[in-house]
Amino acid sequence: MDATQIAIAERVAEEQRHHKKAQFFWVWGALLVITAIEVYLTYQNMQPAKMLAILMGLSLIKAALIIGFFMHLRYEISRMKWITMCSVVACLILMTIFFFPDAHRIITLGVK
Amino acid sequence: MADTVVSHDIPSVYEPSLFGTYSKKIGMWLFLMSDSLTFGALLYAYSYGRISTAGWPTPFHSTSIVNATIMTAFLLTSSLTMVLAVRASVQKDAKSQTLWLLATMACGAAFVVLHGREWSNLIAEGLTLPMFPAVPGHEASPEFANVAKTVPQFPSTFFTLTGMHMLHVTLGIVYLGVVALRRKFIPILLALWLIAWLATPSYSPFHYGAHVLLVVAVVISIILWLKPKVYDSSDVEVAGLYWHFVDLVWMFIFPLVYLMSARI
Repeated sequence: MDATQIAIAERVAEEQRHHKKAQFFWVWGALLVITAIEVYLTYQNMQPAKMLAILMGLSLIKAALIIGFFMHLRYEISRMKWITMCSVVACLILMTIFFFPDAHRIITLGVK
Repeated sequence: MADTVVSHDIPSVYEPSLFGTYSKKIGMWLFLMSDSLTFGALLYAYSYGRISTAGWPTPFHSTSIVNATIMTAFLLTSSLTMVLAVRASVQKDAKSQTLWLLATMACGAAFVVLHGREWSNLIAEGLTLPMFPAVPGHEASPEFANVAKTVPQFPSTFFTLTGMHMLHVTLGIVYLGVVALRRKFIPILLALWLIAWLATPSYSPFHYGAHVLLVVAVVISIILWLKPKVYDSSDVEVAGLYWHFVDLVWMFIFPLVYLMSARI
């Protein structure tokens, strides 16, 4: 790395020195608890569509915890947060637009 | 770049970064964004296959769900140890950093071993792909043999998705090994390759899959020979980003593939 990059890396490291260790343990505990809830819900005989919605909602919460705290995106500047997250979400929305109208047609009309 | 310079509390002067961080980290984020689309496409393909296929199987009995839950716990714990390794690296505590990285690798290895065992059991019971050799002396269960014949989309998408993830975890372990031990990791990696190759039977997909470790050992030997360096806190943080991403992807695979296909 050149001097500029080293200086930036040192500043980032300096900011991270103040992160509390306990916070990471709380996040880890929350992730384990959410996983246990997911497994519990699996055996509750719910409608598949309802269960899928709940499980994906819980997975999004877990993803937000991992990205925000473990990957430190929460501590990045807002430009970094918005550009990374918006671009990924936009691409996933595009995939949804391409995949799911046909999937909906199959559900509605049945498999031929 | 801009002509302006920004000075902070540290005794350095540097140009402002557009994203407020160093280029290596931005590069890793860009890679992870592209990789998230790879996994996104695989997860969508799995979901689409499930919706469009009548009689989608629910082959995962409680033992498989327990196994997958333990695997998830190992991955989540590995993320905790990884973030503690990053913390140790910014505090310039080299010993703790190495220990936490090794703990992360151990959790990742436990995940791969449990996943490999799960794959081997499924293949032995008949939930297999045409490219996988038959397991000699093992009768396929009628339930799984029927699934492989009537709904081939299930084993195809299952093995592709989870195999891709397993490959990422394996490469992540190697990545962390290089960051933690540098050149000392190469003989360890070669030993792991030999163990994986010799300990798996010739009909197992892991018998040939183990050669990935040999290829990776050659590649990192060349890299470390061409560009030897001491890895600093920024390298540990970038490696951590990759590791957390692998964990993140599993948070979607676990409910979508395992929990939604649990035999109740």
